[in-house]
Amino acid sequence: MKLKWWKILCMVFLCFTFTAGFLIRVPMVGNLHQSIRNFFFHVPMWFGQMGLLSLSLVYSIAYLRTQNLRYDIYASELAKTGIIFGLLGLATGSIWAKYTWGEFWSNDPKQVCVAIALLIYMAYLVLRGSMNDIDKKARISGVYNIFAFFIYIPLIMIVPRMVQSLHPGGMEGAKGGGNPALGGGSLDATMEMIFWPAVFGWLLLGIWISNLKIRLYLLANKNVIHE
Amino acid sequence: MSKIITLLKKDFLLELRQQHTFFGILLYVASTIFVLYLAMGQPESTVYDGLFWMIQLFVCINAVAKSFMQESKGRMLYFYTITSPVQFIISKLIYSSVIMLLMVLVSLILFWVLLGNPVMNPLQFIGIACLGGLSLSLVFTLMSAIAAKAHQNAAIMAILGFPLIIPQLLLLIRLSKSAFGEVFREGALLQITLLLIGLDILVVVLSVVLFPFLWKD
Repeated sequence: MKLKWWKILCMVFLCFTFTAGFLIRVPMVGNLHQSIRNFFFHVPMWFGQMGLLSLSLVYSIAYLRTQNLRYDIYASELAKTGIIFGLLGLATGSIWAKYTWGEFWSNDPKQVCVAIALLIYMAYLVLRGSMNDIDKKARISGVYNIFAFFIYIPLIMIVPRMVQSLHPGGMEGAKGGGNPALGGGSLDATMEMIFWPAVFGWLLLGIWISNLKIRLYLLANKNVIHE
Repeated sequence: MSKIITLLKKDFLLELRQQHTFFGILLYVASTIFVLYLAMGQPESTVYDGLFWMIQLFVCINAVAKSFMQESKGRMLYFYTITSPVQFIISKLIYSSVIMLLMVLVSLILFWVLLGNPVMNPLQFIGIACLGGLSLSLVFTLMSAIAAKAHQNAAIMAILGFPLIIPQLLLLIRLSKSAFGEVFREGALLQITLLLIGLDILVVVLSVVLFPFLWKD
């Protein structure tokens, strides 16, 4: 079995996350207690999702420029993995929210944004499913993917900063300075040391999963897609 | 530029000649609001606000959907030979915004007549409603183009457009609360308005960039 360097890196990072993430001494922040360890699993899901969806966008643009069907397959499989990451992030987040904010779902702006993202990308899959002609499917869904990404990203970058939020980094976030993804000052040095490897580990895992699915798809449709 | 005007003229002329579609949508607006009136009487301002935007959403889907779906395959081929895709999409964007603005004004009047008037600042509400109608129609024009190209009915357009329009709709609902007398943090109103206008510009730019890819078959 041939292992690429980044796959090894992914495994090392994730093993590190799972061992060190559960074993280190964590700072006590508010009512988070030990649940702050979820930080290594919940937040990287969002980095992973954003990374995968951005890659999906890149391949959609590449498809429209070159009309190479492989890129369309890349875009759709990356988007699918992005949806899975989104669902996992929502699940880990809801469980965390239940024990810190008291409710699985509290209509927090970020929760709403995520729900919208999932709806958008599921609509993308519905659109893909509604057409049979592969060239047409690739072109039209590529257009939708690009359009959706550019509408959605500015909103999740701007809206959470404008309104009050239970998440750190809302409008009146203390030191967060309004970054919707990070709690800013609440991350201490040891946590940061595990957090960034966790982010890259999960992102690489997402790419790995998509990579396998793409290869499977290309093998199954060998007679349709040429180099 | 003159080509855009010609295309627009053709769309409005078609609208005048085939009045049944236009009146169909008008009737749709009127009967929906009438049913609302029968069901709710005169609701309080939060409900009023929410209902108003929901009605606009459904009206928009019906009004804008036909902008591409009414074009037959042969006619699209004809346009393909005489105009550029950029001119074509710009004329469609203008056309659907005008139709949508008309619908917004009609439904505003009907809302006032039937559901009462809890709005404290009518002029502001009209302005927000027009901005909202514009945002809705711009997004749904490209969705209509996608749905028409996919040879699907209006349902797929709703599936594609709903999630994309939710953020703007939430912003609009929030913004229009100011017209019902809710006090906002200083500068927040301007911020939301600018954000909406910025998004509209973004949608127009994206439509112009992306439509040429949809256009060729």
